Amino acid sequence: MDMINILTVFILAIFIGFEIITKVPPTLHTPLMSGSNAISGIAIVGAIIATKIGSEVGTWLGLIAVIFATINCVGGFMVTDRMLKMFKRK
Amino acid sequence: MEYTNLAYVLAAVLFILGIKKLSSPKTARTGNAISSIGMLIAIIATMVTFEVLDFKLIAIGMVIGSIIGATFAIRIEMTQMPQMVAIFNGFGGGASALVAAAEFFTIYGTSEQTMFLTGTIIISVFVGTLTLTGSFIAFGKLQGFISGQPIVFTGQQILNAFLALTVLGLGTFVTISGMPEMNMFYGVIIIAAVLGITLTLPIGGADMPVVISLLNSYSGIAAASTGFVLMNNALIISGALVGASGLILTNIMCKGMNRSLANVIFGAVGLQNDSSGGDVKEISYKSSTTDEVAMIMDAADKVIIVPGYGLAVAQAQYAVREVAEQLEAMGKKVLYAIHPVAGRMPGHMNVLLAEANVPYEQLKDLDEINPEFEDCDVAIVLGANDVVNPAARHDTSSPIYGMPILDVDKSRTVIINKRTMNPGFAGIQNELFGFDNSIMVFGDAKEMLTDLYKDLKEL
Repeated sequence: MDMINILTVFILAIFIGFEIITKVPPTLHTPLMSGSNAISGIAIVGAIIATKIGSEVGTWLGLIAVIFATINCVGGFMVTDRMLKMFKRK
Repeated sequence: MEYTNLAYVLAAVLFILGIKKLSSPKTARTGNAISSIGMLIAIIATMVTFEVLDFKLIAIGMVIGSIIGATFAIRIEMTQMPQMVAIFNGFGGGASALVAAAEFFTIYGTSEQTMFLTGTIIISVFVGTLTLTGSFIAFGKLQGFISGQPIVFTGQQILNAFLALTVLGLGTFVTISGMPEMNMFYGVIIIAAVLGITLTLPIGGADMPVVISLLNSYSGIAAASTGFVLMNNALIISGALVGASGLILTNIMCKGMNRSLANVIFGAVGLQNDSSGGDVKEISYKSSTTDEVAMIMDAADKVIIVPGYGLAVAQAQYAVREVAEQLEAMGKKVLYAIHPVAGRMPGHMNVLLAEANVPYEQLKDLDEINPEFEDCDVAIVLGANDVVNPAARHDTSSPIYGMPILDVDKSRTVIINKRTMNPGFAGIQNELFGFDNSIMVFGDAKEMLTDLYKDLKEL
């Protein structure tokens, strides 16, 4: 994949982000943070690739990254769900 | 490889749909589930295509991570949510930095080491490490391991500027020179770690909503730049979404305080001796007890509750809901006024009140609620201070001048519950307490509300 393609994807994603996130009401700002935080745990994909890319140091750093990113994903999605199920109407 | 990229596109679509469903509390829970399915797809696709070297090793890592993450998620109290989000941000940033570092060790000295690749690695490692240490300091402050007051020392700004310039120089040199000393790479990591600490320490408790939002944004930026390192769309798109989200929240929080981001980061507002300007007037105020408050409320038609960080500290969310329900049973209209920076993170009060089963329709934000104070009989302020200080409207010398506030003083009666007369975070007295229509009720918010509930029942 070349530079321009990947930059296009990045810039378009930022615009989409701004569009959809401005529509989140203030009452859901905490779940938005913890939920988007869980999404930043996507680093786990990078971490899995890193364990494979060769050097031994890379493997170990990748493993620690897997642990960190899993904490982020699992914890983030679970706590967001816990919060969201509390939001009730009358 | 083609299929993996397809799976990543699918994951990205699910993340976007998931966030989109956060636009209403009705669909939000489904949205979160959709995002998590996206994540699962991305993980499985990666495992399958990259014919992972040591599957067992990764499985062990995931089990350890899941146990830690789940334990946090299940056991945390809703009042502790800000520090929870802070520490998760840190892990996210840390993971991105580690991945980028692993890539650097692998390509170092090989023909794959291009200037672009090294540059993006440096950015990932820098932002990720700064997020990691900054988030841990924020966690420590919120949890009370470190003082919530701004911690400053002479020459702090100069030190930060020096560190920032050094890391910029080192980073540029490592990127351009092709075969740098490994020590220079370590130097970037160490300085990033120190900067995370020295930039977060001087920030006071009440400015935490800005810092947590900003760190949230950084964790996204770190993931996106790691995406550039690995040329991986999944990381780039998700990182961009999270980065945008954090930036939007940071902006909302800064507006909520009428301060620039630079002022929050470098201003160290909250130092007692710094901002009060020597003219601390003694305010003469009326104080009363809950039985009198109950009588005033009995005569009211409309009551507005204004929760602040004090409510969270006292864990008084259930007690306040009981009082509100009692008032409603007595035929009164009850609303909650939520200031954007009430509490320690965006939406902090909303989550607390949701935990106590307060219906979200009753929670009104600043623009919705301010006109409501005009014909409000009783406004009751619980552990909030600066967000209801009328000085923000007229006193140009006040550190909070220009900050949008809740117009509680326009209500017929204002009941203010505080533990003591000590000033709020900005170190300034609140003239509201001395107004003719203000009545102070001292004590812990939870005890005060429990007493008030009893008194209301006994009427």
